[in-house]
Amino acid sequence: MSATTMDATKRAAAHKHKHSLHRQRQWALWGSYIALGVFVIMFLVPPFYTLMTSLKSSAEISAQSGSPWIVHHPTLENFWYLITYPNFQTYYLNSVMVTVVTVVVSMVISVMAAFSLARMGFWGSQVLATGVFLTYLVPASLLFIPLFQIVGALGLINNVWALVLLYPTLAVPFCTWIMIGYFSSIPKELDEAALIDGAGYVQILLRIFIPVAMPGIIAATIFAFTVSWGAFLYPLAYLYTSNQMVLTVGIISDLIRGDVFQWGKIMAACLLASMPPIIIYAFLMDYYVAGLTAGATKG
Amino acid sequence: MAEVSCRKVVKEYDGGVQAVKGIDLEIADHEFVVLVGPSGCGKSTTLRMIAGLEEISGGEIWIGGDIVNDVPPRDRDIAMVFQNYALYPHMSVFDNMAFGLKLRKFPKDEIKRRVDEAARILDIVPLLERKPRALSGGQRQRVAMGRAIVRNPKVFLFDEPLSNLDAKLRVQMRTEIKKVHQTVRTTTVYVTHDQVEAMTLADRVVVMNGGIIEQVGSPQELYHNPATRFVAGFIGSPAMNFLPCRVQDGRNGGLALRVTDKITLPVPPDRQDRYGKYKGREMVLGIRPEHLFEYHEQGKPNWTRVDLPVDVVEPMGMETMVHFFVDGAPVCARVDPATHAEPGEMLPLTADLNQMHLMEPDTGRVV
Repeated sequence: MSATTMDATKRAAAHKHKHSLHRQRQWALWGSYIALGVFVIMFLVPPFYTLMTSLKSSAEISAQSGSPWIVHHPTLENFWYLITYPNFQTYYLNSVMVTVVTVVVSMVISVMAAFSLARMGFWGSQVLATGVFLTYLVPASLLFIPLFQIVGALGLINNVWALVLLYPTLAVPFCTWIMIGYFSSIPKELDEAALIDGAGYVQILLRIFIPVAMPGIIAATIFAFTVSWGAFLYPLAYLYTSNQMVLTVGIISDLIRGDVFQWGKIMAACLLASMPPIIIYAFLMDYYVAGLTAGATKG
Repeated sequence: MAEVSCRKVVKEYDGGVQAVKGIDLEIADHEFVVLVGPSGCGKSTTLRMIAGLEEISGGEIWIGGDIVNDVPPRDRDIAMVFQNYALYPHMSVFDNMAFGLKLRKFPKDEIKRRVDEAARILDIVPLLERKPRALSGGQRQRVAMGRAIVRNPKVFLFDEPLSNLDAKLRVQMRTEIKKVHQTVRTTTVYVTHDQVEAMTLADRVVVMNGGIIEQVGSPQELYHNPATRFVAGFIGSPAMNFLPCRVQDGRNGGLALRVTDKITLPVPPDRQDRYGKYKGREMVLGIRPEHLFEYHEQGKPNWTRVDLPVDVVEPMGMETMVHFFVDGAPVCARVDPATHAEPGEMLPLTADLNQMHLMEPDTGRVV
């Protein structure tokens, strides 16, 4: 076989190989689109149904005529009712207050704990770091009975401040874990340079680590916010009067009376309650992903 | 500015591993001292102990007449340049350089004056408002040096500052560092594993190996008069050739070194007395590649001719490296680039034995 013929054969084989790679990639892409499409539909159908129902009057909901996915006579009466309903305002304010305080307390504790565990290298810090994460694995449903004793002893049963005390127990371990991962990814030379420049540990934390680790801090903050905003078990267990309730339990205790479900108002309340997380996620999603990835890739 | 003194300094890690085994080192005011050695020799640990970033397990470290064993880094009045620059990524170049001064509550005018002055010395004035991520490797290293200069510390510590740069930039920055030292004259301790960097920068080079200091001296001293086989092999590129030999009687009542059955080299007359007591003993002959030449009849007629089969030829432009094997031991000669050496062919060689070294095989000591 001549050299020219051999070259042509090799070129044809290379072309075929390239073509097959292209086809494999296309299949992979189609597979990804289909899988993602299924997920998107699964996750978006409930909010869509919630939105549709919230725009219907009680009469239209109970009539059960036509497709439940279509609104025939859209109305904002459910939203208006909730906005002007004093109890709902109280729940909302309580949720905001509990969440803000929880996030601040959790982040202060987590950042300081993570800095000391990741950077100060004291005796037993490794074991302690693992211990912090293990506490996150204990389910809240196991803890609420012993915690009831503690909250009772502190005289905080049916007091919204009990949640401020309890939520950090859920948020701090995971936030600390995220922050340990993030702080560990910051080169050691950075704090050594700061030490030589004349900084103490507090200054290193405040002036170097916090600004550098901002994506991680935002990721942890979003997590603490989500835990606090969406928690259901603890408020259900410890709060029972309207003036102390937060949104998650307030909605069901007020809008479900016996076997009467005020679906339109419940759905509108759910949408209103979802607004803060949606807004925060939308604006900070990039930071959230960056923060979680940094934590995940550091061993 | 200050002198630095390490007295019987030991660093022992958990588990009893000694990284530094009781070193003594005196560094004079204004001096540029380079610690050089292979990975794990203890050079960086020594530097970090001087900086206060590693605790000292034993001995004393003095800076400017004060013992600093228990003094935290910020109170030692030192500045350090790291291998990976360690610039604060969220701060501008100006803020990076000013950070130490701000922490020490310097007035704003003074901070600006010092940063501007350092930026001028290092030619980074146009970069002052940029963030580190917008700088090249060389510019980042300049900023790291600027951060050290503005503090006007007693001692500069450099921890392999050029290792992250490409070869061309490394040479350029090496010159910059030397120029900066000539300008500010601050006592400098510089760590590198690159012996060329050590030779070109240092007033004195400290060669470390296995946690001890093998030899301290000027670059020329270390090159021409190495104290041990390790130093002889570490300093100089390509490395010195080492050939096992026996000291025996030669012609005309002199001494000779028998390298192989076919190769016997006469000991130069001025070394006869020194090597006389090793007669009959197995030793190691050390000779640098630049002291091996292609043999020419008209050149050095009295020098011994040795014909060796060429293994590899490496033309470098201004010189050519030719590699051989002598009884299994690799030998390199730095010859004229006009050589006609070809792999597999014999090349007549000769050596300037006035430049040779003789070492004890067991201790490695140069005799």
